[in-house]
Parts: sequence; structure tokens; C-alpha cells
Amino acid sequence: MLEPEFMRLALGAGAVVGVLAPAVGFFLVQRGQSLIGDGIGHVAFAGVAAGILLDVAPVLTALVAAVLGGVAVELLRSRGGTAGDQALALVFYTGLALGVVFVSAAGALNANLFQYLFGSILTVTRSDLLLIAALGAVGLATVALLYRPLAAVVIDEEGARVAGVPIGLLNVTLAALVAVTVALSMRVVGILLVAALMVLPVSAASRVAWSMRSALVLSTVIGLASALAGLTVSYYLDLPPGGTIVLVAAGAYLACILVGALRGR
Amino acid sequence: MPLAVELAGVAFGYRPGQRVLENISLRIAEGEFVAVAGPNGGGKTTLLRIVLGLERPSEGRAGLFGEPAHSFSRRRTLGYLAQRTELGGDAPATVREVVAAGRLAAGGLVGPMRRRDRELVSEAIDRVGLADNADAQVRTLSGGMQQRAFIAKALAGEPSLLVLDEPTTGVDAESQESLAALLDRVHSELGVTILYVSHEFGAVERFVQRLVLVRRTIIFDGVPQELPGVWHDPSHVHA
Repeated sequence: MLEPEFMRLALGAGAVVGVLAPAVGFFLVQRGQSLIGDGIGHVAFAGVAAGILLDVAPVLTALVAAVLGGVAVELLRSRGGTAGDQALALVFYTGLALGVVFVSAAGALNANLFQYLFGSILTVTRSDLLLIAALGAVGLATVALLYRPLAAVVIDEEGARVAGVPIGLLNVTLAALVAVTVALSMRVVGILLVAALMVLPVSAASRVAWSMRSALVLSTVIGLASALAGLTVSYYLDLPPGGTIVLVAAGAYLACILVGALRGR
Repeated sequence: MPLAVELAGVAFGYRPGQRVLENISLRIAEGEFVAVAGPNGGGKTTLLRIVLGLERPSEGRAGLFGEPAHSFSRRRTLGYLAQRTELGGDAPATVREVVAAGRLAAGGLVGPMRRRDRELVSEAIDRVGLADNADAQVRTLSGGMQQRAFIAKALAGEPSLLVLDEPTTGVDAESQESLAALLDRVHSELGVTILYVSHEFGAVERFVQRLVLVRRTIIFDGVPQELPGVWHDPSHVHA
């Protein structure tokens, strides 16, 4: 399986995204904002479509669109007086609609678009992997550095706000992290499934974890294992890699529910 | 005695023409233990948010330790216990992790905790009587123990002012009594100013120095013994 280079590159990209997506998604899930990753994926779709229309690398335009969308959701929610779910809906549907219009204008309803919608990890190049690894390292370092304040916001946002913790800045940083993760994960599992890797490993880990820190670490282990196992299964059974990775993560979730139940939780 | 809280002629509405609070003047000295009570919808939580500088009054002024509340420079000295529904009680955090979150503003935002901060976290856990449960997940504890964990979180920041919003909601009568006794001990041992906001004050009536009743405006401000009999909280009868 490791003989062809495309598989080695795919496993490398899968490993980075498998660790990064749950590490960032952890803070969304624990705050009851699991769907934000999905929504930012919709905005990234507009970015991909714009890239195709303007003949610019779609990953870059998706990254810019996702960061803008993520920050817009956060600002609308915190300053615009819009309820969280409505702010999310506004930005997501606008993103999706823009994507449809751009795709139509570019006449690009074809395989080139589908690789972003459903993932195309087997076409990752060396330079793609370098970009994914570099941005992934920055994302993971940011999570490690800001773990305590991000965890404090999960535990008691209002208490942290009263004590002068810069909540707005932290939330915008988290939104930007989510956006970067979405843009990187697009090649691995596709826009339509991007949020699954941010949510399923975290939900699974929360069932069996004994502390918040252990839940974060277990999430990344489950994410990594799902990515590598999913790619392996897809290689031998000739299945689509993105969907297989997410199905393995869903299986891990069910297994953790079972383990949690057996332990009497 | 210097003032911890000062509200002068405060009025507030969430939209023009609305009056959730009006003509509120309240001075709380440093070291006082004060209960603010009143019916649900009477403006208690709004009053609390103005005191903490989270809302600015439409009229009048709000001060904290001699500074305007909204631009108070020593926020890390404020300990706040939000209503339970607003706390992340379903996260897998342990008691120690919850209490450590309370040390964040005072101990530095970035990087690992220092030894002194870890000691203060352990002290706060000991003080609320949760030493044996320090590594238990908060979500597995009773309502009363969860409240103790969050009080320890507020204490870990070494606050000058401790503000509690409806701390007894969803907590059984026995736990309410022990919570009140805990606050009394914290008050006498640490000298911290405590503002206890609740629709029921029976649990703390014995311990507070002042009781303030709010229904849009202040309708009573004095020692609990001076409260007219019909206004006493019937849910708690003390010997």
C-alpha cells in the first residue's frame, strides 16, 4: 500500500488533518457549536467557486472565504445582536448561494468542482502536502498555546468575560482556526464532510474521557486513527477515501458510546 | 470604609422608553456581605450586570472600587458565579480543571500554569471541601457540589468582590444551607466583599449584613431583622 507515492502523500495529508480537525473542533463541540465547521464549509464552497471563476488556486480562495465567513459569523453573533444560529444561517446560505452563482458563471459544474465537494486526497501533490503540514503545524501550535483560555471559555464564558479575559479576540481566533482547518481538510474529505472530522472524534472521545485534557488528546488520537484506517480500507476495498474516513470515525463514535455504557456512564 | 460598589441614580432599559430599573442608588462597602433579592423579572440580573460593567446604565453612574464599572482596570479581581444554565457543566472537565480556569486572568493567559497558581487552585478546592473530588468530572457531581466547584473557581482568582447570580437554583435545601455556611466562612476568613443575588434569600438570611430587595427600584435596604414579617422568605424557617 505504501509503494505508490500518491498513497504516501495521502497518508501524510490524512494524518495532519486527522489530528488538526478534532483539535480545533474540540472547542466548538464543547460549546455546543458543532455545526459551525459545516457552515464554514459552505462559505469555503463559494471560495472554491470564485477560484475556478477567476482562475486562481481554489484552495487559496477557499481559505480567504472561510476566514472571512468565520470571522463574520463571530462578529454578527457578538456585536450585531443576531442570535448565534441566525448569524450562522445568514453567512452559510449567502456563501452557498454565491458558490452556486459563481459555479454557474464559470460553467464549472464538473469533476474539477466535485473533487472539492467530495475530497480528492489521492491527488495530493508534494507541494500540497508541504502547505497542509505547515498550516497544520501553525494550527496545532496555536491550539497548544491558547489551550487554557479556550478551555476557560468552554467552562464559563461569562465568568471569563467578567474577569477581563479577551473573549472577543479568542472567539475570532478560534473562528480563523476553524476556517484554516476547513480549507486544509477540503482535499481530504471534501467540503460536504469537512465538519465530520471536527465533530465525530470529539463526540467519541467525550464519551470515554476522564478529563477535558484527556478528551482533547483522545479526540486527536481517534481523528488520526480514523484518517489512516479509512485510507487503508478505501485502498484495499476500492472505496472513496473521504467517505470511508468519515464512516470509520462514525464507527469509532458508536464504539465509544458502547464503551461508555459498559463503564456505567 | 472604601466602597466596593457604588450605583448613583441608575436607570436602565434594553430599548428606548423601557425601564427595567429606575432610581437605583446603592453603596456597598469593601468587606460587606450583601444579598440582593426580589421577584423573577424584577431587574436583579440587570442590576448585577451593571455592577460588573457588562451593561452601561441609561442614566446615573456605576462604579467599582472608585472607578467607572464599564472600564474597571482590575477585572481579574472580580469573581463571578453565573447562573448554572450558563456554565459548561456538560464538558468533561474535572473539578481541578474548572477551578484552574478561574486562575487564568490572574495567572496569565498563555502557556502552562506556574507552581504558585497550581497551589492557589488546590487551596481553593480545599476551602470548598472538594479535595477528595478534585479529579472527578464536575458533570458527575451533585448540583450542590458543582456549585462548590464553581465557587472555588471564583475564589482561585483571589477576588476582592465575589458576585453570585442565583447560586441556589436547582440545589436541594440541605445543599443551600451548606452553601450559605461556606459563603459565611469565605467572608469571615478572606474578608472578601460578597454580592449574593437570588430570588430567594432564606438560606443566607442569617449570614448577610444587609438585604436589598429590588423590584424595578430598591424597595428595602437594611439588616434582615428589620424586614417586615410578611416579606420573609417562607421557604426557609430558622430556629
